[in-house]
Amino acid sequence: MSEITPEVVRHLAGLARIALTEEEVARFTGELSHIVDAVAKVNEVATPDVPATSHPIPLANVFRPDVVGETLDRAAVLAGAPEHDGSRFRVSAILGEEQ
Amino acid sequence: MTDSAREELTRLPAADLADLLRSKEVSSVEVTRAHLDRIAAVDGDVHAFLHVSDAALATAAKVDAARIDGADLSPLAGVPVAIKDVLCTTDMPSTAASRILEGWIPPYDATVVRRLRDADLVPLGKTNMDEFAMGSSTEHSAFGVTRNPWDLERIPGGSGGGSAAAVAAFEAPVALGSDTGGSIRQPAAVTGTVGFKPTYGGVSRFGVIALASSLDQVGPVARTVLDAALVHDVIGGHDPHDSTSLPDAWPSFADAARAGRTGETLRGLRVGVIRELDGEGFQAGVRTRFSEALDLLARAGAEIVEVSAPHFEYAIAAYYLILPAEASSNLAKYDSVRFGLRVTPPGGGTVEDVMAATREAGFGDEVKRRIILGTYALSAGYYDAYYGSAQKVRTLIQRDFTAAFEAADVLVSPAAPTTAFRFGEKLDDPLAMYLNDVTTIPANLAGVPGLALPIGLAPEDGLPVGLQLMAPARADARLYTVGAAIEQLLEDVWGGPLLAKAPALPGGMLAAEEGAL
Repeated sequence: MSEITPEVVRHLAGLARIALTEEEVARFTGELSHIVDAVAKVNEVATPDVPATSHPIPLANVFRPDVVGETLDRAAVLAGAPEHDGSRFRVSAILGEEQ
Repeated sequence: MTDSAREELTRLPAADLADLLRSKEVSSVEVTRAHLDRIAAVDGDVHAFLHVSDAALATAAKVDAARIDGADLSPLAGVPVAIKDVLCTTDMPSTAASRILEGWIPPYDATVVRRLRDADLVPLGKTNMDEFAMGSSTEHSAFGVTRNPWDLERIPGGSGGGSAAAVAAFEAPVALGSDTGGSIRQPAAVTGTVGFKPTYGGVSRFGVIALASSLDQVGPVARTVLDAALVHDVIGGHDPHDSTSLPDAWPSFADAARAGRTGETLRGLRVGVIRELDGEGFQAGVRTRFSEALDLLARAGAEIVEVSAPHFEYAIAAYYLILPAEASSNLAKYDSVRFGLRVTPPGGGTVEDVMAATREAGFGDEVKRRIILGTYALSAGYYDAYYGSAQKVRTLIQRDFTAAFEAADVLVSPAAPTTAFRFGEKLDDPLAMYLNDVTTIPANLAGVPGLALPIGLAPEDGLPVGLQLMAPARADARLYTVGAAIEQLLEDVWGGPLLAKAPALPGGMLAAEEGAL
């Protein structure tokens, strides 16, 4: 059986920056336990002698000339932002009081 | 042009529309208006579109003007196209059917969209999908389900249910989709349409809202094999903006499809039936039609051989580690800072609190599940056991394909294990939902091309069944040739396209006529 507990789900959700409700934590704990048990099947055949494949069709050394390419206009980039001051993205405080 | 003559235009394949446009028998404005009218008539029921373009008629008028001026236009100039909402468009919202991107208008076009525009196709709108392409039923869209035109109580497949339903409901002749684990091919199977997943790297992903970068591939959605090929010719080829884009020179896929409709393409073709993708878990009517399709191939001179792919049974497990891992990384960019939704928790908080509140409010259940699963699979101490092992399975599956392609020129399987199921049937059981992709996932893991095309209706429910064809990497043209040949044989048997048998949609002008067919 997997090691998915409510504490693990809360920890992972924190790492992933998702403020789950307690109802979600409970539901995901059950669902993810089933899923993790199912996907653990990969270990039946993933023996040490098998190399890993990260990319289906690997390409090596994909370069482009070191020249300025197309860039986006600042106004166009800021247009989609939830909040900005005309030249920069605006966010709330980076550090909390305890930090 | 009368209303019914205009609706007749929506029945034509893109290739036929292109001929009429080229000979100036119809204008792009007429063709485009016909499809917009059809959308207005039936999309209230089908809900294939999240957004309908208000620029389509103006775009069409420009193409018409260029044609009158004698401009040298591309083969599909003036033909309307629907675009999956996972693709960035500067003139339409691009949301991937997620609340977190609701209303977002990107500052650039995806390369494939740019190529459609450069070839003078007319974008009709953006099609519905499972949120961030995570799902097999389009039930995970944040903006409501898409209904299967064959039965409005059933799913249109996913994640590209909107694009498949749009072409099946004659709202668009062709569309674009994206396929990470079957999102083009499985919707094609359950809607009686054609869907093609190109070789990995064959089509640019620049401007595609990323799900899993080692698996994602953009491809065409159509009603005929030739139409899919014509669209593939427009969108394919190297793109320096995508570092995974293959620098290969590709043949004309339209020519490959046309070659399939002439002569003896199937004679001597070695067709490999994958033992592991036919049997338990496959609906009886799907197996019936699949086995009939094999008989048809044999009668046309193909040599049917059985091949074994012993590691395919591990494909779903590997996929549901690799995909969530890559997705958890790709979706980190939805951070409430640069674009999309921002939700500030009650009483405020740090940027981290805002981020967490935004992602809680902006992501649906399936997205949260997969991000958390992916975060787990990539965690220190678990990486080797999960993500690392899944990548080894990927190697084993590639080896299975290599061995199979020594015995066969193309591989075949049902394109989906069942016909379209009812809404809600698998929504509470994520694992059951994941099994819908059992036939399609291996191609994504190995990067090989796959084509889904209709092979009939299941006797028990009268719903479409699809055939999947797969070829070695870079042999996309072979699939168009073989697919077009099979399509021709089947249409000779049926006396026309399978979609002629689809029931009438309530809003359609041709309702009476459709019912009679």
